[in-house]
Amino acid sequence: MEKNCYAIELRGITKRFGPVVANDGVDLGLRRGQILALLGENGSGKTTLMNMLAGIYLPDEGEILAEGHPISIRSPKDSFAHGIGMIHQHYKLVDVFTAAENIVLGLEDEKKLDLKKANARVREICQRYGFEIDPEKKVYDMSVSEKQTVEIVKVLYRGAEILILDEPTAVLTPQETERLFAVLRNMRDDNKAIVIITHKLGEVMAISDEVAVLRKGKYIGTVTTAETNPQALTDMMVGRAVTLNIDRPLNENQVDRLEVKNLSCYDHEHVKKLDRISFTAKGGEILGIAGIAGSGQKELLEAIAGLYPVAEGSVSYYPPAGGKEELVGKTPMQIRRCGVSLAFVPEDRLGMGLVGSMGMTGNMLLRSWRKGKSPFVRRKDPEQLAKQIFRDLEVVTPSIEFPVRKLSGGNVQKVLVGREIASSPNVLMSAYAVRGLDINTSYTIYNLMTEQKMKGTAVIFVGEDLDVLLELCDRILVLCAGQVSGIVDARSATKEEIGLLMTSVGGKEEA
Amino acid sequence: MSFLNLILNLVIAAITFGTALLFGTLGEILTEKSGNLNLGVEGIMFMGGAFGLGGVFYYEQLAGTPNGFLAVLIALLCAFLAGALASLIFSFLTTTLRANQNVTGLALAIFGTGVGQFVGEMMRVKAGGYVSLSNAMKDVFTMSPFPAFLKDIPYVGSVLFGNSHFFYLGILLAIVMHLFLKKSRKGLYLRAVGENPATADSAGINVTRYKYLATIIGGGISAIGGVVYITTTAGCTWNNEGLSGVGWLAVALVIFCLWRPLSAIWGSVLFGALMILYMRLQLSFIPTELYKILPYVVTVIVLIISSLRNNKEKQPPEALGLAYFREDR
Amino acid sequence: MDEKIKTPLIRLSKRSQSSLSPAAAWLIRLGSILLALLLGCLVVAITGNNPIKAYGTMISGSLGSKVYFQQTVKKAIPLLGCALAIAPCFKMRFWNIGAEGQITAGALAATFVARTLGAKLPSLPLLLIMAAAAILGGGLWGLIPGFFKAKWNTNETLFTLMMNYIIIGVVAWLQAGPWEARQGRIAQFDAAAQLPRVAGIHCGWIIVLLLVLFIHVYMRHTKQGYEIAVIGDSIRTAQYAGMNVGRIMMRTMFLSGAISGLVGFIIVAGANHTLAHDVAGGVGFTSITVAWLSQLNAFAMIAISMMLGVLTKGADTLQTVMNIPAAISDIIIGLLLFCMLGCEFFINYQIIFRHKAGKGGAEK
Repeated sequence: MEKNCYAIELRGITKRFGPVVANDGVDLGLRRGQILALLGENGSGKTTLMNMLAGIYLPDEGEILAEGHPISIRSPKDSFAHGIGMIHQHYKLVDVFTAAENIVLGLEDEKKLDLKKANARVREICQRYGFEIDPEKKVYDMSVSEKQTVEIVKVLYRGAEILILDEPTAVLTPQETERLFAVLRNMRDDNKAIVIITHKLGEVMAISDEVAVLRKGKYIGTVTTAETNPQALTDMMVGRAVTLNIDRPLNENQVDRLEVKNLSCYDHEHVKKLDRISFTAKGGEILGIAGIAGSGQKELLEAIAGLYPVAEGSVSYYPPAGGKEELVGKTPMQIRRCGVSLAFVPEDRLGMGLVGSMGMTGNMLLRSWRKGKSPFVRRKDPEQLAKQIFRDLEVVTPSIEFPVRKLSGGNVQKVLVGREIASSPNVLMSAYAVRGLDINTSYTIYNLMTEQKMKGTAVIFVGEDLDVLLELCDRILVLCAGQVSGIVDARSATKEEIGLLMTSVGGKEEA
Repeated sequence: MSFLNLILNLVIAAITFGTALLFGTLGEILTEKSGNLNLGVEGIMFMGGAFGLGGVFYYEQLAGTPNGFLAVLIALLCAFLAGALASLIFSFLTTTLRANQNVTGLALAIFGTGVGQFVGEMMRVKAGGYVSLSNAMKDVFTMSPFPAFLKDIPYVGSVLFGNSHFFYLGILLAIVMHLFLKKSRKGLYLRAVGENPATADSAGINVTRYKYLATIIGGGISAIGGVVYITTTAGCTWNNEGLSGVGWLAVALVIFCLWRPLSAIWGSVLFGALMILYMRLQLSFIPTELYKILPYVVTVIVLIISSLRNNKEKQPPEALGLAYFREDR
Repeated sequence: MDEKIKTPLIRLSKRSQSSLSPAAAWLIRLGSILLALLLGCLVVAITGNNPIKAYGTMISGSLGSKVYFQQTVKKAIPLLGCALAIAPCFKMRFWNIGAEGQITAGALAATFVARTLGAKLPSLPLLLIMAAAAILGGGLWGLIPGFFKAKWNTNETLFTLMMNYIIIGVVAWLQAGPWEARQGRIAQFDAAAQLPRVAGIHCGWIIVLLLVLFIHVYMRHTKQGYEIAVIGDSIRTAQYAGMNVGRIMMRTMFLSGAISGLVGFIIVAGANHTLAHDVAGGVGFTSITVAWLSQLNAFAMIAISMMLGVLTKGADTLQTVMNIPAAISDIIIGLLLFCMLGCEFFINYQIIFRHKAGKGGAEK
């Protein structure tokens, strides 16, 4: 009886990528007039699962039912035909097209392309739901939030009845998030089925009617939002109560190591990315950096490492031996020689920092290849290091010469982070070091960071999880829209306090 | 007066030569709009030239009284099919088997040049030393489609109306292609495929089909450039070196005219002028052999200038040269 | 449930950790070479000739006697040298197709030295200066597009190609003008400017074999080779590691051009003993095939260049004996490349048929 209520039902869906099982026998049902939150940690298979509804991937096993009838979704076209529209995390828009051109892309309903008509319909949809967007604006001129609007209008334009949003708030400001949620509620009242993929509990509680939880590719269960609480959801998500208990010893020997003063940066489109950032990082402490994704974390670390052009401001480095050096104006190599190291885990992991076609040894070499006067590379030390990381971080690879491109994400990350830490720097910067890692490995990384701290290293740790930041760091710097909105003591600060800072530009809106 | 005549003659000759380039360029524009960088245009044009000429040559031998219109049609069709076939190989290797587009294009350039020369040589041997069409047939190919009185308009008559019908066909094709890319639904989808195949794919556009079709049709159009060259500039005879370099210039021209079919018209005439300048405008202080490298020097300069510009609207299709595989991760 | 609506008949997936053994991969590559040769048979058959006889003619015409063999080796020498020159560029994903021009530039420089110093110096120093000039000439000719690529990311494929036509035009001018001896030809070199023979073939073969060792060591064991490999993989990563990408690109293009230039010297001083505008004769293009077919492996290049030497020399014989145009060698080379490019797919991807996938799932 209840089955008939499902607009879409997934039964026993399994998807593998080589040896990796991304989804393992997942069951899920979506109802009309309901917002379902699909909750899970990074890498738990949420996006993969929804991509099978969108026709991007094909399930290896299992079946998909629409209104109780088995259907086959082999392509995005099939997906549209069943009224499914997915808004991906990485917007799928053509930069040189206008909003309307992007919106009508792939439509076959009318023979002739009539952009005027399309523009009018886009305006009409915008009006109905309260979006603000110019159909004739080119995508490359748009802000992130505008691009997201285009994506949503795109699926509405095709009359989608089932909307899937993949981490829609990751790049939005709180105001924009609120606006988005209002729109989603409108659509729910329009009797549409909505899925929102997220790992943020606050949003789950705020917007959803039901929550389905995935853990490591497995379906854990579905609960009604009104009958649950964040603690229970967290338990479902991670499989046990989160008592992080990260060991946090205090290093009494703290010395100023890095002083950033009034640092400002612009991207190549002259948008201000960093706005007069000032702070001091001390040797012997972990300085956490918190903020909504895209608040300038990446730019800050890259600017210090010499990889991002600095418009104004200074970065002073105080070597352990004494003295003072200005890092702005130095090449990445010179900065690195000072002992300032960057372990940045980019979104595609292999884009920067690792050489995909080489094995672990070749990647260790990336740090030491220039050593010595001889024109030949020395492979002996890197090989030793590779073996050590292979052992210590339990990297799963057939051999240390096996191309890292073919390793799984977590293992790629271990190679990267392991290498950066092994160079025993004076300043260690890491961004998203545990992104996509399982909990055990995450702890290994936390311990390594703490170990470095106790050695007297100044550790700068950009993290996504506030719980981790609060338990791992000594101080936390909060970024908001490229500005420092506050620096708090991690031992005494609360999550709410930081959450507030994350959304208050320049700390001015502090209530 | 004589200077004016010189200029007019130069323009007419430039148009004759440029017509071959125009087809080569238009074909490659279509191909590149789908995100495929087919560097094999050189080979494709060789094949088009050899097969196109072969088609008419044997048609003329078989039919006692050859029909001029049919002969042109056969030439175009044979060339198109040869180019389409060559591009099919390219599409299969790069789109289906995801081979590197650069190397595949180079392979096609080698292969196509070889096939063109092989076929031309075979015909030469079979025909007893010389492959050439009759004079009547040569006239058919260089004839203008307009009545004589238009050509007799002073000064502009012969420039505007005295060119071979291939030139007008090329202009028509450029206009059609412009409208297709800018105004039609399929054109919009094709551009989306070339800019961002993942987006096109998720919008339900059959990326593979668009890439195949654009590349095959584009290759066919480029190949017509080969037969146009052989039947107009080269005087309807086959020689192994005649087409050498034309295909590569066409690839460079695509960059020069910013992937815009309409710009290809004047671009190819300009390059046509550069190619024949050494014959038409002899300057005593420049040796002929050095004069001949002028178009290549200009191309280099064009390449450098085009790499300096930094405008969102004037860039190559974003996904040009990249293979697309949906399940890649 | 009907199986049909679940999964399509054929699907592809990337080979992962259970990837093919190197031996199996090379077996597939060998198979693709055989396939290309079979397709070549088809071409011969279309012309109405017996393919087996044609291949027989090619083999006997290239390896059948000592003289033929020496001629084949002579053809293979520049191919091998030039493939070695291209390898670092391709490893760096810098599509240098200007080897033809870099050979010509090197040959031009060597000829200049031979003409000006030919009668004044003894053989050994003369040859050494010629070689040095060729290295410099070819290197500079390669450096120009490298410079613009490094500075403004100028399309290197077309740039290097246009550079071919330009330098060939310059030589054509010299040949017909300032340097002309008779009937549009440049005079033969003095005996002092000719490479000595070793084992019946000019000693260029020793030089290129030394180059094989050099490139192997350079690519695998030097810092510069490592830099090239990193840039070829990801420019971002290279910058992150503190590499000066532009400088490395220019240096690599100079090296590549220099080796091609040296090949040009070997051709004029060893084989032709004079300069002509077609001195490179397509070697620059064919060697791209050699480099790619051997997967940029320096030692594999020896075998592949010999194979293509057999093909081109055999095709010449084919033309005189069976009246099949020598362009057949280009066709077969093209086919070889096509098959090799295609077969990489089967090494990197797995084809999964529906029933097989279903079964595998059921068992699990």
